[in-house]
Amino acid sequence: MLFDPRAVAALARRIRAAASALGRRVVLMEVCGTHTHAIAAAGLRRLLPPQVRLVSGPGCPVCVTPVDYLDRAEALAALPGTIVCTFGDLMRVPSSRGSLERSRAAGAGVRVVYSPRDALDVARAEPASRVVFLSVGFETTAPTIAAALAESEDSGIPNFRILPGNKTVPPPLRALASDPGVLLDGVLLPGHVSVVTGSRAFSFLAEELGVPAAVVGFTPADVLRGVLELVEQLRDGRAEVANLYGRVVREEGNPRARTVLDRFFEPADAVWRGLGAIGSSGLALRPEWAHRDASRIEVAVPEPVEPSGCRCGDVLRGSIEPPECSLFASACTPDTPVGACMVSGEGTCAAWYRHERRTAKERP
Amino acid sequence: MCLAVPMELVARRELEGEVERNGVRRKVSLALLPEAEIGQHLLIHAGYAIGAVDAEEARETIALLEELARASEEGR
Amino acid sequence: MSDSAKILLAHGSGGRRTRDLVRDTFLPAFANPFLETLSDSAVLPEPPAGRLALTTDGFVVDPPVFPGGNLGSLSVCGTVNDLAVAGARPLWLSFAVILEEGCPIDLLETLVAGAAAAAEEAGVRIVAGDTKVVPRGRGDRVYAVTSGLGVVPEGREIDDRRIRPGDAVLVSGPVGDHGATVMACRHGMSGPGLRSDAAPLGGLVEALLSSGADVRAMHDPTRGGVAVTCNEAASRAGARFRLDEAAIPVRPEVEAVCETLGLDPLYVACEGRLLAWVAAPDADRALAALREHPLGTAAARIGVVEDARPAGAPVILRTRIGGERPLDLLSGSDLPRIC
Repeated sequence: MLFDPRAVAALARRIRAAASALGRRVVLMEVCGTHTHAIAAAGLRRLLPPQVRLVSGPGCPVCVTPVDYLDRAEALAALPGTIVCTFGDLMRVPSSRGSLERSRAAGAGVRVVYSPRDALDVARAEPASRVVFLSVGFETTAPTIAAALAESEDSGIPNFRILPGNKTVPPPLRALASDPGVLLDGVLLPGHVSVVTGSRAFSFLAEELGVPAAVVGFTPADVLRGVLELVEQLRDGRAEVANLYGRVVREEGNPRARTVLDRFFEPADAVWRGLGAIGSSGLALRPEWAHRDASRIEVAVPEPVEPSGCRCGDVLRGSIEPPECSLFASACTPDTPVGACMVSGEGTCAAWYRHERRTAKERP
Repeated sequence: MCLAVPMELVARRELEGEVERNGVRRKVSLALLPEAEIGQHLLIHAGYAIGAVDAEEARETIALLEELARASEEGR
Repeated sequence: MSDSAKILLAHGSGGRRTRDLVRDTFLPAFANPFLETLSDSAVLPEPPAGRLALTTDGFVVDPPVFPGGNLGSLSVCGTVNDLAVAGARPLWLSFAVILEEGCPIDLLETLVAGAAAAAEEAGVRIVAGDTKVVPRGRGDRVYAVTSGLGVVPEGREIDDRRIRPGDAVLVSGPVGDHGATVMACRHGMSGPGLRSDAAPLGGLVEALLSSGADVRAMHDPTRGGVAVTCNEAASRAGARFRLDEAAIPVRPEVEAVCETLGLDPLYVACEGRLLAWVAAPDADRALAALREHPLGTAAARIGVVEDARPAGAPVILRTRIGGERPLDLLSGSDLPRIC
């Protein structure tokens, strides 16, 4: 049903009807990279009326990971006796001078895992090695890493560490929604982040900033319901945080997951690739877990080099669409990515390249 | 930003669960959802259950979309 | 564990241990008069009339044994299928293994038995072989290399350049089974319905061709799956294919593995599936012929060939909700992701 073309068509019709009463063009941001991917894969943009413009936000954890994090990960992987374990997502992200994939080819210890627990298993199986898990991801993923840390403490696995790089979604969203330079009329909120944080974590959007928002799931029908909700709120002059993903998202989220998270992590300032430093937008290990913190391992990290001409920052802020970057689809393609947005399957540029290139070219 | 898949909890021993979707099983940790019950559909992300599916809400969503689809067929 | 249970460097030295390994492991499994001479070359009888087809392939798979097959059966199927989709009748194969010192001999025996069973099923003979051993740490347990020789009977023209606008695109069954099964093994997933589709396609291809349908081209969508195979075929054909997502069969188990690991089943390898491009008027007949064969019971018509456009992707997918998107060549679809 969630993929039923009839339901999708009906939703698209309702969106058109509601949008015609808007009297202006509105910009809606899908914050989450999985939404970006779902929108592109299903070809949803084509179903929207001209009054509704969907832009992508900073919700791809790979894309917002700063280049010096990757440089450090590579430097650690090159240390003798060290195995870096990572989600597959990070393998091909360009660092200053290469990528983890290239490091592995050059002999560095790099392994792809599906779960932080798989990295724990590596640590168990190779007690003489130092295992470093690349801890990236938003509130959905961070508790799973905290749970793996808890397991390493409780079962006495001393050779497991993490390189902290997790980020939280509300701070950049607050920054973007309060930035007068960013056009933003409504927000599609990340469904799986909200499973952990609860829809309540985003109430500031409506209550403090007057921006309509909706927590939505990931099927085409879910996304279109979200767009319809935002357009209707805008038409009616309302601003609320609607939870349209109630089948998994509760207002209070998953308190247990947040408790496990809080045991190990505390808020810290963090740099977002493309957006810069944002206060309290990252997660650092609490001082008592310093022995789990791979960022304390002494290693020479070369001076970071950011690719020139890359406009990932503007893409992540939603201020341009990928084809407006001069590197898009010429110097920067999924095979030869320049910026992080082209690497991850859910990066905005990769999603556009894969699914919307044709339409993009046809645009005036 | 986060792929998560609903899977049914078919077995558990303390915080070790076994979940199934379309006949495919995987072991997951229930450390973030200790109250999970056998037969419940859980949202699985990176080897952990992070939330439970509310069956009533899921039915309501489906019903809403079915109504939309029907309305669409009737040309409304 | 005793020495005899593991491969030693001496097994590849050409001495007594090599001889014993060949005598005890390979010869009984592949039993045929050409191999049994143990000469430097297998000297073969004159082949049936037609053009010769020759193919070679290296096989690396982790894990080497998986539900529905193993590295041995996979290497025979892969080579037989490369011949079959060229319209050739596979005749003879060579089979070489490169073993890592310490590889369990019972693993080798399992792989050899798998190769022998697949050869039997395919009606081909393994007439030449070789064994090499590399020091521990210089390889990953075992690799296999197979070559195959077959004959394309007179009058058969299987060639991407014969693909024409209007042709139907057929697939012989659900896609992605092999790749999803192997990925599932690597990432702790399993299920009774999750099996590699590895199978020799010679019989299925003969059934299709003897239906009398005008079959323009055939491929087995291995690495890169349906998406990459179609892109390559479209470029060679100078045409564009429009595939219908809703028509492409995908097993629910494969769907579940792909959703969990963030993969797209259209980019996941098959090892016993056939893609065929058939003249439109013959499509129903071809589909019926596929469905009558045990390997093609779930065959489906999944797309149509259109004129190439100067701009735009060579393969277009009509999505389940009625949208459209290019089905590109892409890198990185083989890594499990969480985002």
